[in-house]
Amino acid sequence: MAFSIYDFTSFNQTVDKFLYDNLTPFWALIVEMTIIGLLVLVFYALVGLFLVYAERKVCAFMQNRVGPNRVGPYGIVQTIADLLKLLMKELIYIKNADKLLFNIAPFIVIIASFMAMSAIPFAKGLHAIDFDIGILYVIAVSSLGVVGVLLAGWSSNNKYSLIGAMRSGAQIVSYELSVGLSLLTIIILAGTMQFSAVVAGQENGWFIFKGHIPAFIAFIVFLIASTAETNRGPFDLAEAESELTAGFHTEYSGIKFAFFFLAEYMNMFIVASIAATVFLGGWMPFHVGGWEGFNRIMDFIPPVFWYFGKTAFVIFMMMWFKWTFPRLRIDQLLTLEWKYLLPINLVNILVMAFVVLMGWHF
Amino acid sequence: MKEVINLPVKDIEVEEYHINMGPQHPSTHGVLRLVVSLQGEIVKNLKPHCGYIHRGIEKMCEKDTYPQIIHLTDRLDYLSAHINNHAVCLLVEKALEIDVPERVKYLRTILDELNRIASHQLWWCSFGMDMGGLTCFFYGLRDREHILDIFEESFGSRLLHSYYTPGGLMQDVHPNFQKRVKDFIKYFRKKIKDYDDILTGNIIMQERTRGIGLLSKEEAISYGVTGPSGRGSGFSCDVRKHHPYAMYSKVEFNEILLHEGDTFARYMVRMHEMRESMKIIEQLIDNIPAGDYTAKMKAVIKLPAGEYLQRVEAARGEFGVYVVSDGNKTPYRMKFRSPNFSNLSALDHISREGKIADLVAIGGSLDYIIPDIDR
Repeated sequence: MAFSIYDFTSFNQTVDKFLYDNLTPFWALIVEMTIIGLLVLVFYALVGLFLVYAERKVCAFMQNRVGPNRVGPYGIVQTIADLLKLLMKELIYIKNADKLLFNIAPFIVIIASFMAMSAIPFAKGLHAIDFDIGILYVIAVSSLGVVGVLLAGWSSNNKYSLIGAMRSGAQIVSYELSVGLSLLTIIILAGTMQFSAVVAGQENGWFIFKGHIPAFIAFIVFLIASTAETNRGPFDLAEAESELTAGFHTEYSGIKFAFFFLAEYMNMFIVASIAATVFLGGWMPFHVGGWEGFNRIMDFIPPVFWYFGKTAFVIFMMMWFKWTFPRLRIDQLLTLEWKYLLPINLVNILVMAFVVLMGWHF
Repeated sequence: MKEVINLPVKDIEVEEYHINMGPQHPSTHGVLRLVVSLQGEIVKNLKPHCGYIHRGIEKMCEKDTYPQIIHLTDRLDYLSAHINNHAVCLLVEKALEIDVPERVKYLRTILDELNRIASHQLWWCSFGMDMGGLTCFFYGLRDREHILDIFEESFGSRLLHSYYTPGGLMQDVHPNFQKRVKDFIKYFRKKIKDYDDILTGNIIMQERTRGIGLLSKEEAISYGVTGPSGRGSGFSCDVRKHHPYAMYSKVEFNEILLHEGDTFARYMVRMHEMRESMKIIEQLIDNIPAGDYTAKMKAVIKLPAGEYLQRVEAARGEFGVYVVSDGNKTPYRMKFRSPNFSNLSALDHISREGKIADLVAIGGSLDYIIPDIDR
């Protein structure tokens, strides 16, 4: 059983072979699915907890504070304590709410982010599913979350929630276009929608460097649009604390609130992962052509670290936006998308197609 | 053909619905309740409902002696406590024709301006929070802390000082006072640039405030909108200029007047005012004369029968105290003219046809303090 931190393929194949040798194909599949499901679940919870902690620390340092530092060393157990508190809190059921939709909504939000996460490659051979339409799948699945947000706002029987949900609907549906088109720009360059192939295509240079200016523009647009799509500040109009108290999740309490809370962070993680995978080379190390010694040192750092480093960088950028910018107004938000980002994107795709046709990329 | 075109228009007419902003709401800055009529996201009209923390301060004043009343004025606009105290002190001194020592005048002016800066800092950070920029909140509070520390060192309290007494001050300031104020000015001149960097110059913030909540000069006068909010509409209403008290006639400072009348103008007036206040303090702090910290006063203060009015420029506008005295040690009737009540009255007019987000920004720029409205 060959286990290497640089390549998980052989390890996976060994486990797969072991299961199929000892079990009937049906049960082997069931066991594999259970293992992967559990791993994704645990990973999901860990990343969620870590991101909450990271955000609290990052925002604290931006605001001249120290952030959580009481529970555990440097406050790292704080988020677990918070989670336990939320688990033990009473779930408040409101009168005249649509009970079924009210209960389903948080699950829809969280399932959407679950499904999106399973397609992301963390290292060579380390992904749950490797579709040939991976990027399309992630875009499709991650936009399902808006259904949950709309249901939450509608079923809460609260006008603040309703306004928040309507804002969120308009926002996510609009910005979905920009996210899709900016990824399409890179798909033209990569020539594939399969995540593993996209990463493999960046072995001799990340797409953000390979694709000249169009790729860079696409990255910026993706960063803006994905921040908006995850409902984070400066685009957090759906929650808009100072206007709508808490927006679509005003009436949620306890663990159901935690679901929305966690889903927000996971969505942030997913879009950061996509940005890292599609634009910044995924788990590929940073290489400079000709510098053999440098490249070998870069290769020595395991791909998982490269992947998480890049994702963390994008996440930090998104936190930076949130804690320094004021919030946009709903009409300005839609103006930004329909009058600026979308036309820029469309032109950008044409430019990229031209660049690829002429073979001007590296 | 015409009928076909006309019919659907009638059908899709949207009904108005109401939401209650407050009494518990993050952006009403206290227990104010705004009943807002909305069409979609557009504010059609709103009705402010005041009185959730009415404490009957004016009635309580009728039972209290003048030195006691000062402690109640702190609780009106708690962010300009010194300035409120100043109004009552000036009124009593005017009625009794007492000359307060020069030192007292200097110190009162400096403390008033420090209080104004502290108040504007708190306004700035809560305005930033209303706009969705949470980091502003911590920047503002960080710098305000320095002023509160100066206050604490001299007279022990940080928010509700009750430091002025009729005829002077409760006690002399701490020996460190001069040095610390000068240090603060030096520090804040640097830090106020951060304010501009993080909020004033931000494109999102400018887009959201320019041309929003327009209040013309005539409307400002008719609603009685004073202070920075009124001066943002070009209404020259600075009591420090028009009816100078304490040292204001002897120091040089500009009355900030902007004529746009929108939310951004009201914002900029306050930003400039902080700098003007620092200018005033700088002119006074080096030449505080030595002397008594209070004039000689009788143990029981009785105002001669008659009516008295004193106005001062509080951080949010013109603060007036009106007293009817029948010659006793307590006033027969006392009335406060609080700036926030008049400023709030303009909110309905200027936030109509705007979005909910605009309403929050406009509310932040009017900077109302609820205890001052409800009294």
